[in-house]
Amino acid sequence: MKKCEKKLIENGRRLDGRKPEEAREIEMQVGIIEKADGSAKARFGKTIAIASVYGPKLLHPKHLQDIEKCTLRVRYAMVPFSVDERKPYGPDRRSIELSKIIRIALEPAIFLEDFPRTVIDVFIDIMQADGSTRVTSINAASLALAIGGIPMRDLVAACSVGKVDGTLVVDLTGIEDNCCEADVSFAMMPSKNKITLLQMDGLLTKEELLKLINMAKETCLKIYEKQKETLKNKFKGEVE
Amino acid sequence: MIEEEFVKELLKKKKRADGRKFDEFRKIQIKEAPIEKAEGSALVKLGNTWVAAGIKLNVGTPFPDTPDQGILIVNAEFSPIASPEFEPGPPTEDAIELARVVDRCLREGKAIDLSKLVLKEGEKVWCVFVDIHILNHDGNLLDAAALASMLALKNTRMPKLDEEFNVIRGEYEGKLQVEHVPLLVSICKFGNDYLIDPTYLEEKVIDGKLTFGIREDEKICAIQKQGKAVFDFDEIEKIIDLAILKSKELRKFYGN
Repeated sequence: MKKCEKKLIENGRRLDGRKPEEAREIEMQVGIIEKADGSAKARFGKTIAIASVYGPKLLHPKHLQDIEKCTLRVRYAMVPFSVDERKPYGPDRRSIELSKIIRIALEPAIFLEDFPRTVIDVFIDIMQADGSTRVTSINAASLALAIGGIPMRDLVAACSVGKVDGTLVVDLTGIEDNCCEADVSFAMMPSKNKITLLQMDGLLTKEELLKLINMAKETCLKIYEKQKETLKNKFKGEVE
Repeated sequence: MIEEEFVKELLKKKKRADGRKFDEFRKIQIKEAPIEKAEGSALVKLGNTWVAAGIKLNVGTPFPDTPDQGILIVNAEFSPIASPEFEPGPPTEDAIELARVVDRCLREGKAIDLSKLVLKEGEKVWCVFVDIHILNHDGNLLDAAALASMLALKNTRMPKLDEEFNVIRGEYEGKLQVEHVPLLVSICKFGNDYLIDPTYLEEKVIDGKLTFGIREDEKICAIQKQGKAVFDFDEIEKIIDLAILKSKELRKFYGN
């Protein structure tokens, strides 16, 4: 962990002026990549994730096919110029684990059993990284799946929460992520009230963790509204 | 397939194929320092799951952003020796995930104090390599791997150095100091029931699991979710309590 001399919270305000329970400015867009079956962008402050969905399509080679359900494949990657030090594009240990985590957060929301032997590919590129990239990816991917017409039980809304300078906060930036005492990645299906992802590293008591989960829920409910609004706006002109 | 169905049907009747209760570990056997060439090592058996962990120490250059800290590197190999599912080649997604979760458990749980592993600030530090080697895969690799890693750290000897900080192999002075004992405990969800220490077949049929890194002071240092399970808000506390309770049971095998 990096050493951080700078205080990250002063007088109840974070470096960027936010209150602890306040998320960054959120922007979402769908249908941005013409070739993809579904695509979306999610921006939390400076963190930008774009996702595209291809499928369901027949899975090749044949021996990989699941005769009972559709296979979901997720690939998360950071573009080389998304971070301070250039990072070669392609899988590393971190992105391989994050791809799995994102897949696990999305899987419960999709009616995979409706499409045996097929595959849905979700590709996520982080265009700019400033903390919370995996949850931003989940928000983008969930929208891309929805706009791609994939049957879903619910959208998946995700956010990060954590403990910074002894304070419990929502939506960590890059510097907060590097210097925090704990960070939690959280995803849920809001209308089903079910948690689809809980991941943590850091050091927390049980009470702190439970409090953070509640803060994450509150934030996800707001993100969910934004996601729904984004999807509705896409079709606004067409029905009026 | 038939075996999986059998295990699933049993679980529905709240029974396990090996007769255990849902909250019961398999027989745990440990062997400390079995590998003389390693600075520290341990073997852990959880029933038929068999995991080796070995520690090697090298002198290296610290990362530029942490000149005052030693380096901890956790790696895992799913050797084809251990399961028909494992194939030779670069680490799979599951092997990478296991290594990274154990890494977080040790690092965030502050099992060792990296600031004590500095030889010359900004220039020479100890690199602690924790290598996890799966020897037989019968489920619950995470819990077994973390216990093996902690046991291996516990018996790790510090190699002797010459004046230029070169390691003199085979000669030791003192031991690596373990500060905290974080362990991983996985709680599986099957319908409305929870079970621990799943076998390979049980892992195939459960809905999913939450794995917690828990220290001796009951602080939580890591969480990982696996599988397609979803969780209700009001069950999380129950699951954490069960994990904390079971971590105490597991910690007895770490000793003092």
